[in-house]
Amino acid sequence: MITKMNIANIYVIDQDSACDFYVNKLGFKLIDDIPMGPGTRWLTVSPPEQPDLQIVLFPITVGKMFPQETADTMIDLIKKGTFGCGVLQCNDIYATYEELKAKGVEFIKPPTKEFYATEALFKDDSGNYFSLQPKEEGNSEDSV
Amino acid sequence: MATTHYPKVYLYRRIVQAKLFIDNHYDEKIDLDNISDEAYFSKYHFIRLFKSIYGKTPHQYLRSCRINKAQQLLQAGKPVTDTCFLVGFDSLTSFSGLFKKLVGISPSVYLAKHQQKKSKISKAPQAFVPGCYAYQNGWFENSNFEEARW
Repeated sequence: MITKMNIANIYVIDQDSACDFYVNKLGFKLIDDIPMGPGTRWLTVSPPEQPDLQIVLFPITVGKMFPQETADTMIDLIKKGTFGCGVLQCNDIYATYEELKAKGVEFIKPPTKEFYATEALFKDDSGNYFSLQPKEEGNSEDSV
Repeated sequence: MATTHYPKVYLYRRIVQAKLFIDNHYDEKIDLDNISDEAYFSKYHFIRLFKSIYGKTPHQYLRSCRINKAQQLLQAGKPVTDTCFLVGFDSLTSFSGLFKKLVGISPSVYLAKHQQKKSKISKAPQAFVPGCYAYQNGWFENSNFEEARW
């Protein structure tokens, strides 16, 4: 019986830059940073309030998993913004949007009311995108 | 492209500026007056707005910010006393007390646990990396992975 997901992957182009982005811009916690030989680390981060979910910042390095051609294609697709990596939850979407924008995060959609939620979309430093949504719909506007 | 118009954007920006001010100056002697000045608000109005957005008063947020940074420093191996002053506390007693209250263990126990983990990682890094990842990165070759693993 499967009970939960505790490790997920996000393919990134540069682990140093991705680590800086997820930790210093998004405010994730750095969990593990274990060197695995030249150019590769086991690098995991967690959303601040969800320590039991580790996200691997998985490098696209040429090797067994990514032969040159595959690596080139993956990097190209990531840069083009092909991959959505999920929905991130925040307390207040407008405040989070302003904060991330102030830190230089690139948004491809500002907070917008959709039928399912108020949603914003932003990209990580590689080009992967996330949906940002508030914890409970309807609270943000009433809070200020 | 959808509209960027949403309610009370300037209020949001000011509260966010105050939050970023705390993030950037948590290690200095800042207090509520500095923080509310940063947001151009009267103190009590500011506290109420800040709490409605972040779920914590500015003071509670500053404290949690300091303790979070302290956890990072201790993980990196900084001694407890250095950490205490680096994150803006004057007294080791108040630092240790608050750390224990928020994290659940004392800073020295926290430091020791991470030191222990670090030394285990340096001896057998494979034990901390899932096999599939290690395999894809060629770690099975030229290594005693199977013996070292669990």
